[in-house]
Amino acid sequence: MKKLINSPADVLADALRGIQAAHPDVRVDTENRVILRGEPTRAGKVALVSGGGSGHEPMHGGFVGRGMLDAACAGEVFTSPTPDQMLAADQAVDSGAGVLHIVKNYTGDVLNFEMAAELAQGEGIRVETVVVADDVAVQDSTWTAGRRGTGTTVILEKIVGALAEEGADLDAVLALAEKVSGNGRSMGVALTSCTVPSAGKPTFELPDDEMEVGVGIHGEPGRERRPLATAKEIASMLVDPILADMDATGPTIVLLSGLGGTPLIELYVMWAEIAPLLETAGVSVERVLVGDYITSLDMAGCSLTIVKADEEMLRLWDAPVVTPGLRWGA
Amino acid sequence: MTDVTTADLRAWITRFASLIDEHQTELTELDSAIGDADHGSNMARGMHAVLPKLDGAATPADLGKAIGMTLVSTVGGASGPLYGTFFLRLGGAAGAEDALDAATLGAALRAGVEGVVQRGKAEPGDKTMIDAFTPALQAWDDAVAGGADAVSAAEAAATAAAAGRDATVPLVARKGRASYLGERSAGHLDPGAASATLLLEALRDTLAAS
Repeated sequence: MKKLINSPADVLADALRGIQAAHPDVRVDTENRVILRGEPTRAGKVALVSGGGSGHEPMHGGFVGRGMLDAACAGEVFTSPTPDQMLAADQAVDSGAGVLHIVKNYTGDVLNFEMAAELAQGEGIRVETVVVADDVAVQDSTWTAGRRGTGTTVILEKIVGALAEEGADLDAVLALAEKVSGNGRSMGVALTSCTVPSAGKPTFELPDDEMEVGVGIHGEPGRERRPLATAKEIASMLVDPILADMDATGPTIVLLSGLGGTPLIELYVMWAEIAPLLETAGVSVERVLVGDYITSLDMAGCSLTIVKADEEMLRLWDAPVVTPGLRWGA
Repeated sequence: MTDVTTADLRAWITRFASLIDEHQTELTELDSAIGDADHGSNMARGMHAVLPKLDGAATPADLGKAIGMTLVSTVGGASGPLYGTFFLRLGGAAGAEDALDAATLGAALRAGVEGVVQRGKAEPGDKTMIDAFTPALQAWDDAVAGGADAVSAAEAAATAAAAGRDATVPLVARKGRASYLGERSAGHLDPGAASATLLLEALRDTLAAS
């Protein structure tokens, strides 16, 4: 394992110090490992709290700021944060208008946020929860923990963050969050494994001439292993299962995210192949993001997310956002 | 031996912590195969945080609360809330009496496991820690019904847990991150069942030595 770290045990604490040093607009509560906006929550504004295992940067800490999250709880690498961290975040950002927990559908995240919501409610903070489960690689059946939450989370945090910034109440914020979540689908592909620092070696073995299709954001294996293909062929492997699962005709917001180990030039090669496929299928891509937004440490590969969007969602998408990882219009 | 005391329970947890350390790499490797490669390091981090809290707990109830809260706030993942709930419920059921007979300790273990089932909504056969815990509880109760003391009950429970753990190999996971693999999760030992077995083996080792 070759990594720019001091020791595997210190990765998170050291990274939080770096985030604090690089971004004066955010404040890091190092004791509770919560990343907060520099300014306290405006009275009457619904607060958005998200979080999850670290290693997916810039998600979630990179999306804390005006127009997006109020706080993000950072777990250990690929490990969900704990309820006391989330409670500390809720207490820090609740202005009396309540808190929305944005949770990706992983057993650990769901269980810990569930316990945190109980604790916060016990202290008189109103908490609602949206669970993102958008990964079409996973069968959505009663026989699994349900679909994983991936790229739709980023788009949801942006759109719903803008609505909360406008002063909408918690019911309205929750309703939009559920709508965005229901409208999103994702699919990923990995060309290499990632290496979790505390494990010290790649999570899975993947020969040079093979790839893992339908991979998750933690190096958990995907739908199937196939011989390495061209960008053009891979584009279909990402687009087809998504379109098979949703009616994506009409306006959409699309995210093509690298997984941490893929250069931007390859993501653009991929987008050059994906864009015409979507156009042919009648999908109208109104907005697109290409880059590293939800990553998997050093994994090579990418994930594609398509969210059906109406006029209001597009308007909220375009609203100003000022965060370390996403910034426009301000 | 006659009854299990708070001191015995402290020794149990200390032994569990050292077994987790010993098997940390193995647990993480099991988790790499079907999960996200963090079970060993998470449990080790949690148990290292638990050790300094043991001496301050005067009763089984205090001990369960201290261990449970520490695990919930340090482990993360699914294991934090699940093991945390186990110890919180176990302590609650064991109460403030410093002398637990085999039946009382069995009931406390059962309360802990019921908490895990409630929190994780898993059933036997889902390829989780429940697959080690369930046969262990049955073996404990059977031993007690046959007149066994806690030492023999723990011996029987540890053996049954190990068998339950090994029986997770062919199962297809239906809970947790391994469930995303579907059929590909078959052929691997479940890391949660492996750590749960270590918990019962630690109890066996401790009671046998006391």
